[in-house]
Amino acid sequence: MSEVQGAAADAVTDSGQAPAGGSPGRRLNPSLLVGGAIVAVVVGLALLSYVWTPYAPMRVLPVEPYQTPNAEHWLGTDRLRRDVLTQILVGARTTLFVGFVAVGVAALVGVPLGILAAMSPGWLGQLVMRGNDVLLAFPALLLAIMFAALYGGSTRVAMIAIGIATIPAFARITRSGALGVMRTEYVVAARSAGRSPLGIAVRHVVPNVAGLVIVQASVSFAIAILAEAALAYLGLGTPTGQASWGRMLYEAQTTLRSAPHLALIPGAAIALSVLGFNLFGDGLRDWLDPRLEDR
Amino acid sequence: MSRAGDRTVLAVEGLDVGTGHTPLLHDVSFAIARGERVGLIGESGSGKSLTALAVMGLLGEGLHARGDVRLSGRTPATRNLLEVGEREMARLRGDAVSMVFQEPMTALNPTMRVGAQVAEVMRIHGTRDTAGARARAVELLDQVGLPDPAHLARSYPHELSGGQRQRVVLAIALANDPALLICDEPTTALDVTVQATVLDLVVRGVQEREAAMLFITHDLAVVATVCERVLVMYGGRIVEAGPVGEVFADPRHRYTQGLIGASDLTGEQGRRGRGALPTIPGTVPPAGRFPDGCVFRSRCAHATDECGTPPGWTPRGGADGRGSAPDEAEEQAGSAPGEAGRAAGYACFHPAGDAA
Amino acid sequence: MTETPAIELRGVCRDFRRPRTSLREAPPVVRAVQDVSLSVGRGERFGVVGESGSGKSTLLRLICGLDRPTSGEILVEGRSIGDQPARRLRWLRRRLQLVFQDPMSSLDPRMRVRDIIAEPLVSQGIGGDHGARVTELLGQVGLDPEAARRYPHQFSGGQRQRISVARALAPDPDILVMDEPVSALDVSVRAQVLNLVDEIVDGLDLTLVFVSHDLSVVRHVCDRVAVMRAGEVVETGETERLFSEPGHDYTASLVAAIPDLHAALAGRSAQDLARGVGPAS
Repeated sequence: MSEVQGAAADAVTDSGQAPAGGSPGRRLNPSLLVGGAIVAVVVGLALLSYVWTPYAPMRVLPVEPYQTPNAEHWLGTDRLRRDVLTQILVGARTTLFVGFVAVGVAALVGVPLGILAAMSPGWLGQLVMRGNDVLLAFPALLLAIMFAALYGGSTRVAMIAIGIATIPAFARITRSGALGVMRTEYVVAARSAGRSPLGIAVRHVVPNVAGLVIVQASVSFAIAILAEAALAYLGLGTPTGQASWGRMLYEAQTTLRSAPHLALIPGAAIALSVLGFNLFGDGLRDWLDPRLEDR
Repeated sequence: MSRAGDRTVLAVEGLDVGTGHTPLLHDVSFAIARGERVGLIGESGSGKSLTALAVMGLLGEGLHARGDVRLSGRTPATRNLLEVGEREMARLRGDAVSMVFQEPMTALNPTMRVGAQVAEVMRIHGTRDTAGARARAVELLDQVGLPDPAHLARSYPHELSGGQRQRVVLAIALANDPALLICDEPTTALDVTVQATVLDLVVRGVQEREAAMLFITHDLAVVATVCERVLVMYGGRIVEAGPVGEVFADPRHRYTQGLIGASDLTGEQGRRGRGALPTIPGTVPPAGRFPDGCVFRSRCAHATDECGTPPGWTPRGGADGRGSAPDEAEEQAGSAPGEAGRAAGYACFHPAGDAA
Repeated sequence: MTETPAIELRGVCRDFRRPRTSLREAPPVVRAVQDVSLSVGRGERFGVVGESGSGKSTLLRLICGLDRPTSGEILVEGRSIGDQPARRLRWLRRRLQLVFQDPMSSLDPRMRVRDIIAEPLVSQGIGGDHGARVTELLGQVGLDPEAARRYPHQFSGGQRQRISVARALAPDPDILVMDEPVSALDVSVRAQVLNLVDEIVDGLDLTLVFVSHDLSVVRHVCDRVAVMRAGEVVETGETERLFSEPGHDYTASLVAAIPDLHAALAGRSAQDLARGVGPAS
């Protein structure tokens, strides 16, 4: 049948060149590139701090305090005569650690809960979502303060508290996305092809809500970094004697007027990485979507 | 039928629509006279809805229209609608020209009673005062065959069935006795039995007002039932035009011929067991990917090298005396295809029916 | 000849409970399918026609084992499916396959065509060379083997419907159930897909159940038709007989309401169409 071959030939010409195979979206978008670069820098700084820092971390140096950036101390020194660049490098570790663990906890619990809620009609789904609503009623900070009160303030407690408080956000967004997927005909097609519910969840639901989850993760990552800073600022997260960007901000508050760079530098680091993760998340979502590859 | 200018309600001349780089409509020209029902057919992506939106001044962001669109309703057609401002266009819409869309649910405001929605269009254009508009709304709902219109006027759109909603939309469109009614696939979302009644109401509403109608659909049988004249669109161009009886019984453009063959399930070859249906090979290309010259040549079995240049407009019956007897306007058009010349003809180098 | 029918329905009902509207009264019940009995012979092309709300989609879901009847019995190739839990219906998934109306939403946008077509094979644990089978199936539905590594959005509506058909044919079923497979397609493409259906059903000796609101399409495709209205089958019969001498008023009005090119050219107006339907519905 000649017309049929014509139709097939059209498919090739319709969308330009054939896909290169391998990764679904071939075209790297600007968000992904810029966001990825920023994320790479932050991760690079954190890794660098394990092998090299200008001075030993947290060490009190025999120099003038409150130095502004200079040749000796690129980012200056703080009240306790410590090198700010060293603290930024070491602090990147804490910040990333908190972000990854908090988002990891939230996504690992929240996404399956959301899918479960969407795929099980009746009381189970309702129960999951109502439990979720209860959790949602507690702001992340309040939960972290409660945890800190119970278990003492530490980075680990802070990140787990932030993670638990972020579960509902993941569960909600996953559920709404999954409900949409469950209504599509390709899920009915999968059922009639004999796919089990677990198979449908893994093959159809997860890939199709991945975009939503990635964006949520990048937003939550940013929130977690900020929450860690806030907790440290309140004196409930990372304890004294351990570097974190939030901790640095906290300690800079008393000298905001006399030495503003002590607040501005960690502040800028936080703002830049938040921006980086958001861009990276958006870019990743688009890159993973095969439908956007021809645009 | 004389084609005197004073009977022309809508005259579209050389309409081009496109985004920055992609041309979507090219040199679309047609005219609709008072009381005339004209069908615009084509598959999705042919540009038929775009034509309607361009006439209504409802093109979206990033779409540019060039050409000449004139509407004579209550006012003489002195201005090109593509050049008047949005405020003036808004005054015309719902008054001199109105439109019925495919999806009656989204065309109605879900938070407003349907009677109030019909009355609103008369109040906006100042055709009636509040009390008069309300009374007239009930009359109109009655005219479109809705049972117990006084009571129904107080319901909300979601309380009505799809067919009832489409009748309300029709009542709104007819409320100000428009000079031109544009219907964009008004019955595609409806069941067949409901479609039959709605089509009847559309035709009656238009006939009673002696309004001109442009009826857009992909369903050839519907056009044949409802319209007197038909425009066939493909790739953003009108490829054939003429009286319904002539175009469908004796199509000249190869696309029209293919479309009729492929959609005819009840004719000779359509019945069960009569072998394969005739098809048009391939699919409609996406916008901007139509070939140069004859837009249909990438799917046409009769295409030759000649088709790489754009085919001119051949008036039907002009060349070999087939079809309708050529009147003066059409004879003139042979040399310079003007507005009237596009009334019946086709744009094809190898028309069907020639030296078969 | 007392061969077991491919599909048999005996007194099938399906009720849906509406959400409660009052605390005292019982929630209202909607009868989507009401006492339907019919039988589809092996190799037959059976049509189900009805307008929106007629219950044809519910009936189709019941036949495919995607939903369970409130009462009555459904037999596929002589085996009951009505009272079986989903995991006991593996055999049914292999024998009976489904093609949907909307060729966009019935294909997972994130899966490559080869994974889409191989899905029934993978989920049913059917062994063999899936790649070769996918290539073979693509050829059967008139697509290039190269299509296997592309994504659904890269195809036109008609091509996507071909992919749907290829997926349905993957486990080598005996029965093909199609739910409005050409309603979302343009006329020129509709003819291509109808020809493909014809070719495949004949070539593979399949039993076809074809659900549609469009009588003229059903007339083109099917040998026998059941007409549904408000959950009931009002009439069943040979397609041509149903058209030429409908036995039920509703069938008659359905037939009369179809716009027809030839009739219109012979002078049938919109008013005539509406008159055939009778008083405004």
